[in-house]
Amino acid sequence: MEFTTRVSRRAVMAGMAAGFAASSIPAFGQSGQPPVRIGMGIALSGGLAAFGKSALLAMQIWAEDQNAKGGLLGRKVELVYYDDQSNPATVPGIYAKLIDVDKVDLVISGYATNQIVAAMPTVMQKKKVFLTLFGLAANDKFNYDRYFQMQPNGPDAQAEFSKGFLQTAMTMNPKPQTIALVGGDAEFPAIALAGARDNAKALGLKVVFDRTYPPNTIEFASVVRAMKATNPDIVFVASYPPDSAGMVRAVREVGLDTVKMFGGGMIGLQSAALKSQLGASLNGVVAYDLYAPESTMKFPGVEDFLVRYRKEADKQGVDPLGFYIAPLAYAELQILGQAVEATKSLDDAKLADYIKATAFKTIAGDIKFGKRGEWAEPRILWVQYQGVAGNDIAQFKEAGKQVILYPDTFKSGTLKYPFSAASK
Amino acid sequence: MTALSPSLSPPARRLPKPFSWPVLVAGLAIVAVEMTLGAQVSEYYLLLAYIILQYVVLSTGWNILGGYAGYVNFGTAGFFAVGCYTTIALEKLAAVPLPLAILAAGVVAGLIGLGTGYLTLRLRGVFFSIATLALAVVLQTLIVNWSFVGGSRGAYVMRPDAIAPFASYVQYLLVVMTVLAMVAVLAAIAIERSWIGMGLAAIRDDELAAEASGVPGLRLKLLATTLCGAFMGMAGAPFPYFITYVDPPSAFSLAIAVNAIAMPLIGGTATWWGPVLGAVLLGFTQQVLTVTISSAANLLIVGILLVVFVTVAPTGVVGITRAWRGRRA
Amino acid sequence: MNFSWDLLLNAVTSGIMLGGFYAAVAVGITIAFGMLDIVNIAHPAFMVLGAFLAFLSINTLGIDPFLSALGFAAIAFVFGRYFYRAYYHFFERRGDDSLQGLAFFFGIMFIVEISLVLIFGVDYRLIDLPYLATTYEIGIVQIPLRLAAPCLAGVAMLVAIQFYLSRTFTGRAILAVAQDLEAVRFVGADPIRTKEIAFGIAMASAIVAGVLLIIIQSVEPSIGREFIGRAFAICVLGGMTSLPGTLLAAMILGIAETMTSTFFGPSWSPAVAFGLLLLTLAFKPSGLLGR
Repeated sequence: MEFTTRVSRRAVMAGMAAGFAASSIPAFGQSGQPPVRIGMGIALSGGLAAFGKSALLAMQIWAEDQNAKGGLLGRKVELVYYDDQSNPATVPGIYAKLIDVDKVDLVISGYATNQIVAAMPTVMQKKKVFLTLFGLAANDKFNYDRYFQMQPNGPDAQAEFSKGFLQTAMTMNPKPQTIALVGGDAEFPAIALAGARDNAKALGLKVVFDRTYPPNTIEFASVVRAMKATNPDIVFVASYPPDSAGMVRAVREVGLDTVKMFGGGMIGLQSAALKSQLGASLNGVVAYDLYAPESTMKFPGVEDFLVRYRKEADKQGVDPLGFYIAPLAYAELQILGQAVEATKSLDDAKLADYIKATAFKTIAGDIKFGKRGEWAEPRILWVQYQGVAGNDIAQFKEAGKQVILYPDTFKSGTLKYPFSAASK
Repeated sequence: MTALSPSLSPPARRLPKPFSWPVLVAGLAIVAVEMTLGAQVSEYYLLLAYIILQYVVLSTGWNILGGYAGYVNFGTAGFFAVGCYTTIALEKLAAVPLPLAILAAGVVAGLIGLGTGYLTLRLRGVFFSIATLALAVVLQTLIVNWSFVGGSRGAYVMRPDAIAPFASYVQYLLVVMTVLAMVAVLAAIAIERSWIGMGLAAIRDDELAAEASGVPGLRLKLLATTLCGAFMGMAGAPFPYFITYVDPPSAFSLAIAVNAIAMPLIGGTATWWGPVLGAVLLGFTQQVLTVTISSAANLLIVGILLVVFVTVAPTGVVGITRAWRGRRA
Repeated sequence: MNFSWDLLLNAVTSGIMLGGFYAAVAVGITIAFGMLDIVNIAHPAFMVLGAFLAFLSINTLGIDPFLSALGFAAIAFVFGRYFYRAYYHFFERRGDDSLQGLAFFFGIMFIVEISLVLIFGVDYRLIDLPYLATTYEIGIVQIPLRLAAPCLAGVAMLVAIQFYLSRTFTGRAILAVAQDLEAVRFVGADPIRTKEIAFGIAMASAIVAGVLLIIIQSVEPSIGREFIGRAFAICVLGGMTSLPGTLLAAMILGIAETMTSTFFGPSWSPAVAFGLLLLTLAFKPSGLLGR
């Protein structure tokens, strides 16, 4: 037995197809061709499940859309997915099963780097096209030429993660002289901090504080105080969800009155849960993001998608905003779908060549892949929270709360500084 | 209590030989099957078998201390991770063949087991359990701060190409794990059927009485702790090749610690085949659930099974079958 | 690291506030594990359950978490009594409580944790109380109410339990159980009923600690695991059966953690706490206040 998009829905569909075989519903009802099956392992439980579920919902919406349009190659699209429990040890088995036993036509990755890397040997051995969701430089060691990664880090993720933040900081007057770096002991923060160190050096900023803290730290005030004592002009934080919240709250309690700009790659602030919990405490924070509902990012189709996503997300208890990963997850399947339709085939070699050569228009914007399957042009956004009032979640759906400062193409407002003034 | 030391046991009751030929033959037969079928069946089944055998090694190792001597080790994930990181450290230094890495992992993890045991085994068993819990945290902190093996960023370990006569590297990993499982089970049998096992059982039943009647308690316990740590470390050594990217959270995984305890208890801790049975049953169920129910409910089932077994059937599957056979006879 | 009195005093203050919360977590372990010899490693899982109950009550009913904590504690007390009775029936009575009992609680921990995942999902939850948003400044020392209130509540709970144990008949019977099970019979108390009540108190304290936890930091269902080691460490450091010892050990652990993270880099703070535990176990297993 396997898990398809929705067992009950499939049963209903099958019943309908049988009952109204001659009617107009899906074209593929009559053709009798097997569905096009897209397989993945994705985190539906464990630490990564919040974003994993959000991504899966977006993909299910795509499958529904595509089937309404007549599927792929005149065949129905079916998602085959297994829960990897946020545990990479389950991943090699899942992909071997998807490819060998379930004989899915295409595979895509689950959420986050560990999962992607654990699947790579199996996927590479079978020479499958592999579109991946948020792998941090995961292909650097493999150099697999059928790998395409959706997180817009660009070819040099390490440098890219702090570039926009620091460039924005350098626009302040007077120019900042010193920087404090602080982050968690985990993969993403380590890479982001290493990049920030290099970038700061290149810009002539003096690093006055450079510390990491262990996972599951409860008390951040000591770290913030030690950092404050070094009197930095700007503070760059690289953190995972529980720490991001802890850090913001500690900063509010200790008070960073001399700091001009505060923020960084703070994972978790993109999720509705933390946005609403922190509410007004977010004002002034300059944070890494991938999508914000600003006028500069109204790609065709995205608003319509978000409306439908939110309707379903409310019912399922999935992230109710759908900003961070959802549009990119939908775009991922748009790319795969377009490749299948254009090449009229499910052949992995042909699909890879097409994806490599094409610039795609998706609901998450224009995407073109470059070196090692990363986005040719990085698109890490830096947003500043402005004018957030209270803890109401609805306000984050509006423009103007998460003002885009970088890159210039999407810029929708200006940086407020110093931090204490921006916090009001 | 008659079986405290060999000299005291009545000569009429002959014990089975410490070395088990049937297990050796069975193990080699499994290797032969893997060698002939490995190239033909889907890699999925090889990976599935690998995970189950990894748990056979872990739960057999856990049971040498937990089942025979009654000392609960919560730090399985720590020892497992020591094995993982020994491989990674060696791999960074030189191209070390996997069997050698496994041996090294066994030595390192065994020494850590010995050290922990030496510090805490003189106390009540529960202190040892808590020390192993703390040990896992200390080890994780060390690894996180040790950049040579990747630190918090984790380390990539590329699967090498297949080595003749194996059709794929996964098949090679599976055969290696099978041999390891066989060795672990043979060691457990040897302990169980020798004076060491008797001594450990005496300690489990009444430590003071055992010491009083001449069982070298501390030395036996240290031996068990060392072996327990060594097997857990060895089970972890091939893991980096299985998963290709190891970071501290995936090496110090809670699933490892939970399963290493749940499997022997569900199978039965009194004999060597309890943990093996538990590992096969529970490991297989989990793998099947991963691709069927496929949600957090999967782990919930493990929890419920564990609670049901320890409350209703404290002797595990082994005990149930024995009671059932006893009734029929 | 550049030293300053400002940093030192603040580190100690933060450590004390953290320690007060740790004491609330550990008090139940000291009762269950130290006094009753029940290795309840599911204690932190019940704490997380308490955190989610508080979250639920403030978001659906609008009840203040400190208030709901009292109600939940009363329910947990009754539940704890029945829980102990079941534990006694299945394990203590049989006499194989060590290994099987441990495994039992291990399973319970999983069941609680996964049930929370299935009900609440894996998002981080947090309670933000507007009246705790202020930070007092006394000289150079900062005292955020968000940490100070849970600390006070935790210490108050510990003191109340200590009073109960030393001043009431049942309380003394519990202390007697900790020393010697048979002795209780001589004073005329039913040992099983005594242990039932003690375990009920431990369970109630777990729920209260959970309410404090979700005020301090964001909570997700599996976060309890992080506290297993810490809580047992405190219990052992404190000398197993002594509540004042537990409080002292909790403070020391809290201060050790904040001092390391202020002056040496927080990366090493878990090793400090657990290294301390390993050393205690090796060299002074009777704990800090032990003879």
